[in-house]
Amino acid sequence: MIEQSTVERVLAEGLSKGAEFAEVFVEDRRSSSALLDDGKVEELTSGRDRGAGIRVVVGESTGFAHTSDLTEEGLLAAARTAAAAARGTGAGTTVVALSETRAPRPNVVAVLPGDVPKSRKVELLAAADEVARAQGGAITQVTARYADSVRRILVANSDGTLATDDQVRTMFSVSCVASGDTGMQTGRESVGHTVGFELFDRYDVEDLARRAADRAITKLRARPAPAGEMTVVIGPGGGGVMFHEACGHGLEADLVAKGASVFAGRIGEQVASPLVTLVDDGTMGGEWGCFSVDDEGRPAQRNVLIQDGVLVDYMWDGLRARKEGRPSSGNGRRQSYQHLPMVRMTNTYLVDGGSSPDEIVADTPSGVYVAHLGGGQVNTATGDFVFGMTEAYLIEDGQITEPLREGNLIGNGPAVLSAIDAVGNDFAMGAPGTCGKDGQGVPVGDGVPTLRVGAGLTIGGTAA
Amino acid sequence: MSPEELLAVADGVVDRTGPGEQLEAVATWQSETEVRAYDGEVEHFVAADTAALGIRVVVDGRQGVSWTPLIPGRVDEAAVAECLTEARDNARFGTPDEHAGLAEPDGAPVAPLRLFDERLAATTTEEKIRLAVELERLVRAGDARMVGVESADYADSVTAGAIVTSTGIRSAGAETSTFLGAWSLASDGDDTTTGFGFSVGRAVEDLDPAAAAAEAVERAVRMLGATKPRSERLTVVLHPYVTSQFVSLVTEMLSGESVSRGRSPFTGRVGEVVAAPGFTLVDDAVDPLAPTASDLDGEGLACRQVPLVANGVLQGFLHNAYTARSMGTTSTGSAQRGSHRSVPGVGPRVAKVQPGALSPEQVLAQVGDGLLVHEVAGLHSGVNPVSGDLSVGVEGVMVSGGEVAGAVREATINSTLQRMLTDVVAVGADLTYFPWEACGVTLAVADVTLSGS
Repeated sequence: MIEQSTVERVLAEGLSKGAEFAEVFVEDRRSSSALLDDGKVEELTSGRDRGAGIRVVVGESTGFAHTSDLTEEGLLAAARTAAAAARGTGAGTTVVALSETRAPRPNVVAVLPGDVPKSRKVELLAAADEVARAQGGAITQVTARYADSVRRILVANSDGTLATDDQVRTMFSVSCVASGDTGMQTGRESVGHTVGFELFDRYDVEDLARRAADRAITKLRARPAPAGEMTVVIGPGGGGVMFHEACGHGLEADLVAKGASVFAGRIGEQVASPLVTLVDDGTMGGEWGCFSVDDEGRPAQRNVLIQDGVLVDYMWDGLRARKEGRPSSGNGRRQSYQHLPMVRMTNTYLVDGGSSPDEIVADTPSGVYVAHLGGGQVNTATGDFVFGMTEAYLIEDGQITEPLREGNLIGNGPAVLSAIDAVGNDFAMGAPGTCGKDGQGVPVGDGVPTLRVGAGLTIGGTAA
Repeated sequence: MSPEELLAVADGVVDRTGPGEQLEAVATWQSETEVRAYDGEVEHFVAADTAALGIRVVVDGRQGVSWTPLIPGRVDEAAVAECLTEARDNARFGTPDEHAGLAEPDGAPVAPLRLFDERLAATTTEEKIRLAVELERLVRAGDARMVGVESADYADSVTAGAIVTSTGIRSAGAETSTFLGAWSLASDGDDTTTGFGFSVGRAVEDLDPAAAAAEAVERAVRMLGATKPRSERLTVVLHPYVTSQFVSLVTEMLSGESVSRGRSPFTGRVGEVVAAPGFTLVDDAVDPLAPTASDLDGEGLACRQVPLVANGVLQGFLHNAYTARSMGTTSTGSAQRGSHRSVPGVGPRVAKVQPGALSPEQVLAQVGDGLLVHEVAGLHSGVNPVSGDLSVGVEGVMVSGGEVAGAVREATINSTLQRMLTDVVAVGADLTYFPWEACGVTLAVADVTLSGS
């Protein structure tokens, strides 16, 4: 993307004011999307975002500047701005000879999205619309969206790192509205992987549309969810959102260092039920949060965060790891070249346990079964977190019965992790997600087998 | 880049309009500074300029969009040409829609707002750093129980934009904004709690570090010792900060995009009672006191005041050019453009509940017993703007005999947005502006389920 000699000169410029670290991050991203709504293909959009972000670290202080001007002159100007912006006093260093990082590709991309005719992408939308509407007259509205992106990055730094990655993502979603006597309800399904158009060899958009429509129709007969604390069984797949919120964010080293995590200072302690082994894995081929190298040029890793309930390690980016004198865990990510990297999750999941999912439900006298989750939010300092249930049912006498209306569940991370009393053997990854932190969104994946939280979760419903 | 330079870029695109097509060019530029202080030092300092061009083509009722970066001072003609070619190509694949098309000049007067403050350009970097460091110091010193500051930030931006269309719109402008905000941590040895406070303006002189710090301290300290409340049905009193977030959700249901697609429970209900008699809601997009006020909307039309609910009766909806045409009406100047990459959506600029006559204390006295909500969590996962189902995590203090009592956390409040509107029982006089598209007042809503232990 940029000549190595140019990169070296830009790094040297970044170090010229006595800095200890300089980094160049170059990004060239092409993306396209197509949207169908109200029975019409409304628009196709496509475009390019390209630029570089330059980071200079002096002592405890980071200077950062970004530019869309990728000429050597433009990059040098940004490096000067970043160097001037870093406000600490440092020992200074020089650029170590750059050597290219050879990190394995997490997966092969078969069909680049740019090689597929736009008409093919539009056909998928129309097919989803038709099938969703065919699920019944109750379906009154359908939205379908196709999106792809190819993100090429180059990262080089004064420690000698030089790394590149091509990150391809393709996703498809269907949202349906069903209308009935009780008002309107919605159902959504999405699929996304770090692959090209071959995504649609593996997933049938018609099947996706049917599931979204069925979910909306089922919810028309949903009754108000109960209010108060209950036993909660979470189905396989999307339940990973719960771990993302209950402890994932609290295990990010930047938050831990500032005392803003309930998990600070607890390495080696039992922080969860012995049934819990939690992993964050950027190498998980094809999953939404995977990559070859992170946005600091560090190869993706599989990191065990919690092993049999014991806290093993936090997640690290380069800056925080440097301060602690340890390697990064490959969790340094950023939304774009316009953003500073920070500690972020990749694909976060709970490892399979030994129970059969049917037995877990049968063994629950009363509670709530959450089949599909929405997003969530956490206050890492207190550990309080919420996550939404977009498809849920009552459990009565060990049976899944009535559908429930939507709502949030609230709990406290450490309390909920300790109260997990069953983990199934039916692991599945969930839908592609976007994780927000400090104003930046990055793609993440998550997954869980069926699991049960015996206490500590409060259902946000209106029924007594 | 100046508005004039951006206009020149946009003009250059629209000059190439072909027969039978409509062209719209949006050129934007932004220069920003962000300083984060930690332990009395600069943790990071970000400085950047970005510029970009978005092109929308409408031909035979089909539209396509494309975008490309701009390099200030050196426009890459080949990239602009490629962007236009791509937008035209994208327009080949849509479904013809008789209502598709760009906005057309409607003669509405443009409000004379002062959105650009020249003083920002004269502010030194040292002063910006001093403000962030000072904010952090004030928060830490605000109470013996303050144990940390997760972030203390100063941020500013200068943005300029131009919209030119082949239908005769040609507008440009620039604005400045400044922000100072802190996230705080308090502890009493057992509990750790968090708070935040911020101050916004158009120049550094508008910012009030002491007020932002005081709020960050008060929010965190108040929650120390909070307990989980028991489940019950009660009246909730929403702090203006919380009300503003609910108002944002309500305006989403009053957007022409939701209404015209049958995705709003308010579709077809203009003229009907949808809220309590004391509830009046307008989008006062040109309120000069609001940080989010704007003179021009995302399609280049003049922003204006739009009545939405008057004394409980639904008055109408927010529209851009497309949603207006599809519903047989005219744009309310409410086109919202997320960025140069997107087709304009619809949304408010300054959604405002008309303040009532009661002070916040009088609202509490009238309510007697209930819950004062200071903070909500999970608005996106717990509120469905199609069904109106609502369930959000809350932090706040119980109200007993009109007085605030113990703090509570780890609970949710639950209802539907439709019911909450009709269950409004008191509206405070304390209109408060926020740096997002809705203002707040203290608002009391009856018959909400509190879900706790």
